[in-house]
Amino acid sequence: MSSVLTETTSRAGASSEVVANDFSLQVATANGSGSQTANSVLMRSIFRMGVPVSGKNLFPSNIQGLPTWFTIRANKDGYIARKRDLDVLVCMNPETADDDVREARAGAFVVYEKKLGLENPGRKRDDLTYYAVPFSELVVKITSAPEHAKLRKLIVNMVYVGVVADLMGIDLEETEKAIAKQLKGKPKAIDLNITAARLGLDYAKANFPSKIPFRVERMNATQGKIIIEGNAAAALGCVFGGATVCAWYPITPSSSLCESFIDFCDDLRIDPVTKKKNVTIIQAEDEIASIGIVLGAAWAGARSFTSTSGPGISLMSEFIGLGYYAEIPAVIFDIQRVGPSTGLPTRTMQGDILLCYFNSHGDTKHPVLFPASPEECFTMAQEAFDLAEQLQCPIFVLSDLDLGMNTWMSDAFPYPTSPLKRGKVLDADAIAKLKGGWGRYKDVDGDGIPYRTLPGTPNAYAAYFTRGSGHDEKAQYTEKPQDWVNNVNRIARKFDTARTMVPKPEIQDPFHAPAGILAYGTSHYGSTEARDKLAKDFGVQLDYCRLRALPINAEAADWMRRHDRIYVVEQNRDAQLVTILRDEFPELATRFVPVKQYNGLPLDATTVIEGVLGDRDQQKQKRTA
Amino acid sequence: MSAQPPAPSPAPAAPKTNHIGLPKADYEGAKSTLCLGCGHDVITKQIINALYEMGLEPHKVAKFSGIGCSSKTPAYFLNRAWGFNGVHGRMPSTATGALVANPTLHGIGVSGDGDTASIGIGQFVHVVRRNLPLVYIIEDNGVYGLTKGQFSATADIGAKQKGGAVNDFIPIDCCSLAIELGGTFVARSFSGDMKQLQLILEAAIAHKGTAIIDVISPCVTFNDHEGSTKSYKYSKEHDTPVHEVGFVPFFEETLAEIPAGDSKEVAFPDGSVLKFRGVGRDYDPTDKEKALKTIHESHGKQEILTGILYVDPSKPTFSELLGATGESLTSLPLEKVRPGREALEEIMESLR
Ligand SMILES: Cc1ncc(C[n+]2csc(CCOP(=O)(O)OP(=O)(O)O)c2C)c(N)n1
Ligand code: SF4
Ligand SMILES: [Mg+2]
Repeated sequence: MSSVLTETTSRAGASSEVVANDFSLQVATANGSGSQTANSVLMRSIFRMGVPVSGKNLFPSNIQGLPTWFTIRANKDGYIARKRDLDVLVCMNPETADDDVREARAGAFVVYEKKLGLENPGRKRDDLTYYAVPFSELVVKITSAPEHAKLRKLIVNMVYVGVVADLMGIDLEETEKAIAKQLKGKPKAIDLNITAARLGLDYAKANFPSKIPFRVERMNATQGKIIIEGNAAAALGCVFGGATVCAWYPITPSSSLCESFIDFCDDLRIDPVTKKKNVTIIQAEDEIASIGIVLGAAWAGARSFTSTSGPGISLMSEFIGLGYYAEIPAVIFDIQRVGPSTGLPTRTMQGDILLCYFNSHGDTKHPVLFPASPEECFTMAQEAFDLAEQLQCPIFVLSDLDLGMNTWMSDAFPYPTSPLKRGKVLDADAIAKLKGGWGRYKDVDGDGIPYRTLPGTPNAYAAYFTRGSGHDEKAQYTEKPQDWVNNVNRIARKFDTARTMVPKPEIQDPFHAPAGILAYGTSHYGSTEARDKLAKDFGVQLDYCRLRALPINAEAADWMRRHDRIYVVEQNRDAQLVTILRDEFPELATRFVPVKQYNGLPLDATTVIEGVLGDRDQQKQKRTA
Repeated sequence: MSAQPPAPSPAPAAPKTNHIGLPKADYEGAKSTLCLGCGHDVITKQIINALYEMGLEPHKVAKFSGIGCSSKTPAYFLNRAWGFNGVHGRMPSTATGALVANPTLHGIGVSGDGDTASIGIGQFVHVVRRNLPLVYIIEDNGVYGLTKGQFSATADIGAKQKGGAVNDFIPIDCCSLAIELGGTFVARSFSGDMKQLQLILEAAIAHKGTAIIDVISPCVTFNDHEGSTKSYKYSKEHDTPVHEVGFVPFFEETLAEIPAGDSKEVAFPDGSVLKFRGVGRDYDPTDKEKALKTIHESHGKQEILTGILYVDPSKPTFSELLGATGESLTSLPLEKVRPGREALEEIMESLR
């Protein structure tokens, strides 16, 4: 790696230089130690001081004991991608402390549990600054009451929040407010946690005259904003998008989407008169049943969805093909993770692009939406239902663990103003007017989209028989070759209609440069940060296109034609999107340069900078050779 | 539903109709493509008869099936109803989705023994546990008909395939399994016993939860030979009905008389009443343990026990357990499904 890429070149390394609102802080604890509340409070305290912030939780596939790292990045310019190098470490986990310190960049600051003895001879690194805090001794002071003894492990986390608040200049008042918010309705817990934070703050005040130079200073960049996980945002989108049936099977990192949906519906979907639910949520026996329920419900006319991750999509594949050919609306959230089986299921990946786009057997392809922020999880969930019903087909919404489970700063969500677009549905009167002339799979409008009726429609000609492959325009059974060809060709026409309806890309072409970055989903953050740095620090100007959906629409195709070198950033080994682009645009095939990160961690800007600069070096060498 | 479907062709003399005024023809379907003499076709006929007698409105019926010869049959009855021929072994899930989305529909599911007891055993188990309002018919021939005669999981030990292969594995008894799982209506019949089958079907339609009916339905192409335990000959010889079923549906016009006698009556919440008059007079279809014991004994005696083997109409259905409104969720007005502006604002505030 070329040395120019060290993220800290222009930054505070020595403790004298003060850097305001630009740092990455990592807390290392053990899973199940209850650090989540403390970490959220720490993040929210910074947020409340008006500083753009993001929080990423790196957690194991385990309930208790294995190491967990929570990383907070604060950045005055609003960059919220993961950073490779950390500026401040809080080491609470004896299992990982040595590794954590070994991997720290030179010049980093380490707050640690004194018992860990990280500064003992032979262990201490002299290019780091240490703050030893006797956390476990301190916490005993405020949990001496017998009923508090078992809370110690939990409360000690809030002590490090106090220590960090003092060392980095976080206003304790904001921390206290954050605690009150986090533990709403539990006054005793609030008191105890505030006491713990103060204890940490006072200890640091009294013992560490020299503070960490990475400072939090008040600014005004978070006004009106919210903090939320992508999955909760998507669940809200389903609520406001009119979903009435949800079927799911638990899987990390997707479960919290349906669980949030359950919580929201408990408040928002209770009929005011009957007090009963106008929504049905089923925890199914597996993903096959989930998608079967979703298709059955959508066939009956309900807006229905499921949420899963890659392994679940694999199980659903047969049914998804049926949905494609029987032309049934369905919304499928795939919160992507590393797979298969055990190992890294709790790490992030953009690994299911091909799995979803071409899902199932035979000739199949499906619209796929790529939300990149909680706000888009909210809006795209709603769009997905509209598209599914308008196009009468399964629609994938591809989020990932990073977006779905991590905490993001976001603009407040806009209240939806358009009505639900329910597509081409004929009621009894419409059927009566057609006098038997209706055909379930007839392309009346030339857009490939047929008209459907809903079970229960009171007209003798409304009913039809649904099956997968063998049907003619009138839904009658047929195995005739030409009927089949006509049908699949019409569905292909429908896919071209989909091309014009799916979300348009976000395009930023300030430079009108010959080259550009193309990214999707959470690859947006590392990509845009890299793009700014490439322009500023390396004089490399790149345009930008963020793909928001498949199939590729005209706007994205035009952008690709305008750029003769296109860095396609994705979080998988095989450059899955590039595979699709090269297939659909063979004439542009040599323009696409894959830039990939697939280590299970959210994308960082350095990866993209390295990818771009590496390619430019190679190109230069080719020209001079 | 007030709107009556128009009759397909105006008949000169008023044809015979059922109590909602529809002729039998309105309950028929497309022409069967199954083998001549297939047990499944006989079942189809009884389904038509039962639906006609019960006077279900065709447009309010939804038919579901998986894959197999048996699963093809929903196309052969009730053309005017909605049909969903899904994927192999997954009929229960599509039925579940459709029926929770629109609980005003009557669900009729048709499956095979392969479709249910092999690939679909998981969904079978869970639909029974949920007590989804659904008539679930297993057309049980002990083989995979559509894939040409392989053993299914209901084939008896020692049963012979046409080619001579012998089944070594214990059969799954879908009825005792369903009872174990808390099934609320479990019956077994034989496609050749048309009268009993129709009565059981009518009782099943009136039942408000999941009604499992395992119908022994010989496959004449792959099973009707010496050595098969699911042939007509074998079934006829080994069929012992537990009781005669008298089923009196409750309709406003015809308040039926329930004859007195030393029989067991079970009242159904929709007003209909099941009357059991057994050959074995001591057979109590509400006694779970006895039901299981009797079924097990019949296995020992190599008999096929037919009739309504177990009922429990008191258990809540899936719809009730879900706490749903009971109305269709498919076309609710916007204001019922999209919360107001203040609701969103309140949530946003809580996230600041
Ligand atoms: C996923 C899948 N696997 C296998 C098949 C092939 N297949 C079609 S029907 C069938 C068995 C049907 O047996 P059963 O349900 O007993 O119905 P029958 O034909 O005997 O009525 C099989 C294995 C399929 N259609 N789908
Ligand atoms: S193969 Fe057997 S089950 Fe299938 S239609 Fe023929 S007789 Fe019936
Ligand atoms: Mg069979």
